[in-house]
Amino acid sequence: MSAPRFWREINQRYNLVGTECGNCGKKYFPIRSVCPECHRESIGKMKKVKFSGNGKVFSYTVIHVGSSMFQMQTPYIMAIIELDEGPRITGQIIDCETKDVKIGMPVESVFRKIGEDGKSGTIYYGYKFRLMK
Amino acid sequence: MVGIVSYGGYVPRYRIETKEIARVWGKDESIGKGLGVFSKSVPGPDEDVATISVEAARNAMKKCSVNPGEIGAVYVGSESHPYAVKPTSTIVAEAIGAGPNLTAADYEFACKAGTAAIQTCMGLVSSGMIKYGLAIGSDTSQGAPGDALEYSASAGGAAFLIGKENVIAEINKTYSFTTDTPDFWRREGEKYPSHGGRFTGEPAYFKHTMNCAKGLFERTGTKPSDYKYAVFHQPNGKFPVNVGKMLGFTNEQIKTGLLTPRIGNTYSGSTPLGLAVILDVASPGDRIFAVSYGSGAGSDGFDITVTEKIMGIDRNPTVESFIADSKIIDYATYVRYRKKLWLGGE
Ligand SMILES: [Zn+2]
Repeated sequence: MSAPRFWREINQRYNLVGTECGNCGKKYFPIRSVCPECHRESIGKMKKVKFSGNGKVFSYTVIHVGSSMFQMQTPYIMAIIELDEGPRITGQIIDCETKDVKIGMPVESVFRKIGEDGKSGTIYYGYKFRLMK
Repeated sequence: MVGIVSYGGYVPRYRIETKEIARVWGKDESIGKGLGVFSKSVPGPDEDVATISVEAARNAMKKCSVNPGEIGAVYVGSESHPYAVKPTSTIVAEAIGAGPNLTAADYEFACKAGTAAIQTCMGLVSSGMIKYGLAIGSDTSQGAPGDALEYSASAGGAAFLIGKENVIAEINKTYSFTTDTPDFWRREGEKYPSHGGRFTGEPAYFKHTMNCAKGLFERTGTKPSDYKYAVFHQPNGKFPVNVGKMLGFTNEQIKTGLLTPRIGNTYSGSTPLGLAVILDVASPGDRIFAVSYGSGAGSDGFDITVTEKIMGIDRNPTVESFIADSKIIDYATYVRYRKKLWLGGE
């Protein structure tokens, strides 16, 4: 990922900012400029919305062989989280054992390092999820 | 009066026991007992000073209804900022929804950079330049493998929202004592710090902490018995207890804020986390005496009085909740998480 592309999406990645359709009320993450259900009727009515970061585990998988960036973390859990506001988003679940995760468990978002461009490049931060205490 | 409007702490979940570190280096298990450190916090592989600072700052913002847009300054004190050039404070500001109408900077002064940030915010708030200032002390400190510092150097941080309205604790007075003392240092480009061995005790930690504490007593006309709690910088589990006794404080006053035996020395997070854990349990009217210490060297002292407003906030998540939710790891996992080992091709 390029540093400029990441920078443009910082607010979405740091603060889980998505969009809400002003026509039907459906919420989306990441940001969309048109509602896929209302099409033309949503144009000009899409507004930014900040999600709470709370949700539940919709599905997950345990990754044992990660890319070089993630090899310090294996085995780790990648999940699809259904946010309380509706949208489903992909994210890592951290700070728990792989056996502790179950579908339907409540989670909250946390701020973590997502990756980095080698030892001398930019560090990318964003959301991950933790099982609710 | 200027004071603390809100606060929040954060300690990573992983712990390594000092007896495990001693085992790996063929040292006697009693080394941990001698230091008064039994386990220390270890950041996860995806945690650094920016993520710890953001978690602490978000925990502070959760406790109050302050609009992040009203924060006029963000300062992060640390000696392990993720970038050599590129501030941590801008990452924190963005991640709590503050800015862009604010000033921000990173501070460095060994373990007292966080309390220096509190003082800066006090000045800016008192002068009317800003309405609220956010001061954070946070570190992911490392000792060289096998070095004495490896038994204590840990990770954690705390954030304080400083303002004039709805303060949960008034800061009655602050006083600092500073000299040029080479007790601990790290040159540019070096991964691990160097220290002056025995030189770190008497002429460094004790001299500055004692002089700062005495100076604060003189300037406030107070004595140890006027305070419910006392917290000092905690490079190990022994120094803060000893300095407290030398000043005339009792174990009862010191024990609440003493976290090093369980989480190690969180450097810039040390005094701030000790203060945060006290605020988690304090009652209106309680007076708190806090003195940080940073090598190089200096101490910042604070005379604080808790107000009745503290009863109106939800103090969760508490510092204790992060300390209690822990997972012990072995030395091999610790090495992997702390990247003390370089894998081929990286
Ligand atoms: Zn729609």
